[in-house]
Amino acid sequence: MSDEYDNNKSYQTQSSEVIDGSIGSVNPDIDYVRPAEVGEQDLYHGHSFIEKWVFCQDAKVIGVQYFLTAVFTGIVGLILSWLMRLQLGFPGLAGFMTAEHYYQFVTMHGMIMVVYFLTALFLGGFGNYLIPLMVGARDMVFPYVNMLSFWMFFVAVAVLMASFFVPGGPTGAGWTLYPPQTILEGTPGSGMGILLMLISLSLFVIGFTMGGLNYMITILQARTRGMTLMRMPLTVWGIFTATVLAMLAFPALLVSAIMMTLDKVLQTSFFMPTILKAGEVLEYGGGSPILFQHLFWFFGHPEVYIVALPAFGIVSDLISVHARKNIFGYRMMVWAIVGIGGLSFFVWAHHMYVSGMNPWFGFFFATTTLIIAVPTAMKVYNWILTLWRGNIRINTVMLWCLGFIVTFVNGGITGIFLGNVSVDVPLSDTYFVIAHFHMVMGIAPLMVIMGAVYHWFPLVAGKMLHEGLGKWHFWITFLGAYSIYFPMHYLGFIGVPRRYFEMYDSPYMTSAVGMNEFISIAAFIVGAAQFILVFNIIKTLKTGKKAEKNPWKANSLEWYTSTVPPEHGNFGERLPVVHRWPYDFSVPGAKDDFIPQTTAPSEVIHTEVEKT
Amino acid sequence: MSEQKIDGFELKPGFKGMASDTGSDQTMFKGVHWGKAMMWIFLLSDTFVFSCFLISYMKGRGSTIVDWPNTSEVFSLYVGGVPVPLLLIAIMTFVLITSSGTMALAVKYGYEKNRKMCGWLILATAVGGLTFVGMQVFEWSKLIHEGVRPWGNPFGASQFGSFFFMITGFHGFHVSIGVIFLFIYTYKVFAGHYESKKRGWFTKMKGDYVEIEILGLYWHFVDLVWVFIFAFFYLW
Repeated sequence: MSDEYDNNKSYQTQSSEVIDGSIGSVNPDIDYVRPAEVGEQDLYHGHSFIEKWVFCQDAKVIGVQYFLTAVFTGIVGLILSWLMRLQLGFPGLAGFMTAEHYYQFVTMHGMIMVVYFLTALFLGGFGNYLIPLMVGARDMVFPYVNMLSFWMFFVAVAVLMASFFVPGGPTGAGWTLYPPQTILEGTPGSGMGILLMLISLSLFVIGFTMGGLNYMITILQARTRGMTLMRMPLTVWGIFTATVLAMLAFPALLVSAIMMTLDKVLQTSFFMPTILKAGEVLEYGGGSPILFQHLFWFFGHPEVYIVALPAFGIVSDLISVHARKNIFGYRMMVWAIVGIGGLSFFVWAHHMYVSGMNPWFGFFFATTTLIIAVPTAMKVYNWILTLWRGNIRINTVMLWCLGFIVTFVNGGITGIFLGNVSVDVPLSDTYFVIAHFHMVMGIAPLMVIMGAVYHWFPLVAGKMLHEGLGKWHFWITFLGAYSIYFPMHYLGFIGVPRRYFEMYDSPYMTSAVGMNEFISIAAFIVGAAQFILVFNIIKTLKTGKKAEKNPWKANSLEWYTSTVPPEHGNFGERLPVVHRWPYDFSVPGAKDDFIPQTTAPSEVIHTEVEKT
Repeated sequence: MSEQKIDGFELKPGFKGMASDTGSDQTMFKGVHWGKAMMWIFLLSDTFVFSCFLISYMKGRGSTIVDWPNTSEVFSLYVGGVPVPLLLIAIMTFVLITSSGTMALAVKYGYEKNRKMCGWLILATAVGGLTFVGMQVFEWSKLIHEGVRPWGNPFGASQFGSFFFMITGFHGFHVSIGVIFLFIYTYKVFAGHYESKKRGWFTKMKGDYVEIEILGLYWHFVDLVWVFIFAFFYLW
């Protein structure tokens, strides 16, 4: 830490005095790490194919399973977005596309991308793979429940996908599932579709709770010797805080799903007010639709940060490694992550400015919302200052990181617009909102995922992904994403409403038509470009260059496993002992430009390492 | 709090101790079994579930336009023709709280490696839980018999039945899960799985008497939640 530089000096002189006293011998004091508190983890190794690859208890296999399942749902979500763009850019071109289908695609695209793709990918995929490796554990603390977590998620995905094939199709109520219209006749999929959606969400929450308990407790109670919380890579901090948010936010989703299921199946009126339909009073009465909105957004807003915080953490590590420089303000970064996580529970009603709530209530939530800009801006400054005067390698990973910073700042600034009640009210439910949240929690985290895939693929598969293809993938995605979402800000300003199947003869028809066509073509190209990665992965697995151990010259523990790819148990016979943070890059006086976390202080005695 | 040492790590009392534990390596909660920490986190999450239920209930009850049923009438039992309010609930609460006591004793005897006593007390807890669930079934069937349904009831606001069946049902589900596990652990303790270090059927992990304490945490939590449900549903 830079603020501890003076302490660091005295620490150095002190230790060199010791060295002078006993030349040649390693002084035991400066390398001392407390002995292990708990015994070795009792790992159960699978014996059959099914135990090794299907119902596997190894967190790494579970991580890959999560990853692949999430990517599958993501591809479904991508195809749905193509169909939506086809209708918006070229109305009537796809004959089968009715308004009902359009609403169903909007709903399923939203729910899939937010919950089943991004959340599962970051926490289930990267969380499972990286947490035990990065904190120096052999596996998650409760591998059996971890395995159940994946299979619960798998069933949730299966139930969700089944809703495409039931009578009436999937629900078309919008991903927020606002009652009363969600479960009333006339909304597409108000029969089986919504029921399967609610069941699937409940299963997802149960499955995630199983995994989340493992992530949290592995980080809190199963770190290796020398690994303090403030020596953990920021990836782990991001995933940890996101998991805490998820454990506290998903209950609200579970409760609202249960209550809405009862409203649907048993005709209770939790969320249903008195409703007149074709002159007839329905059975419902006395419920509160606003209650659902509060419950949903008490989950929904932390959910944004459940997606964003792991991305913040991962990108910090990637930038540091590929700029060969320590992360600027590590402690500030940690506290910013924790602070954003805490604040995210006090901002939910900024999604409800137009729900008719008291303006003073809106004022409170606008204030808390804008306060989040402070820790977020600190993080952006720190990423830029990490890059400043770094030894930047412009490889594919770094390109994705830079792309993330740009898109995130872009989406963050429009967030400041929307956080203010008076600005939000006219912009609410327009394409400006679409542009904002796709930029900030769609494209930005996706950029990090891509960077992370290129970064950790050599560890997972032992082979290097093709750089040239990666750069094509990046540039098409980056420029394409801007082509899609930048014009949408303008569409929002001229008042084009979101979720509309068609614009008919509305006054903004003329100026919006050409732009919509342009956006749609860009969306087709960007979507197709994602298959470059699929091709790259298949090609690399078949004929790719074998990766050397630790190809990026990183410091964190996942690169110092006994074998690459790591086997069950991760670290061979002895667990690593940690002596420093993972960001000792380009340390003056050191032989290499990186000092692994496992390097003892006595080995780098004459370097200007910072005390961590 | 007396000072302790765990593998060269000095446990200090108070806030300073918390800070030094948090800043240390390996574990944050010194000397705490991971399963115990995991149960605490799960219970925190579950607290949020029940909080959401109860807050929704308060909101629903507060905003309904039809009068809420008079709970001391609805929940009364007739003993010799005289209505006694909250009689059944009082017995149910007493049984559940008592089972918490037997659970706590089971944990104590478990750590003392008194296998027999531990097993009997877990069994007693399970029977207490089962009695509770049985009485809840009786209460539900009585209310259903009187015409209370999730979608309406003859006494007042229709939300009364909705919230009552949902929340007590969700709690009863927790109790039932707990009872199932209590019976499983009764078997495990009597069969001496912790002494013989037999691996679990599914988890393939070797057990320890700390599992009894973890189960106890869950059981006490279920009791504590019941106290809140009792207060909000029957006394309000």
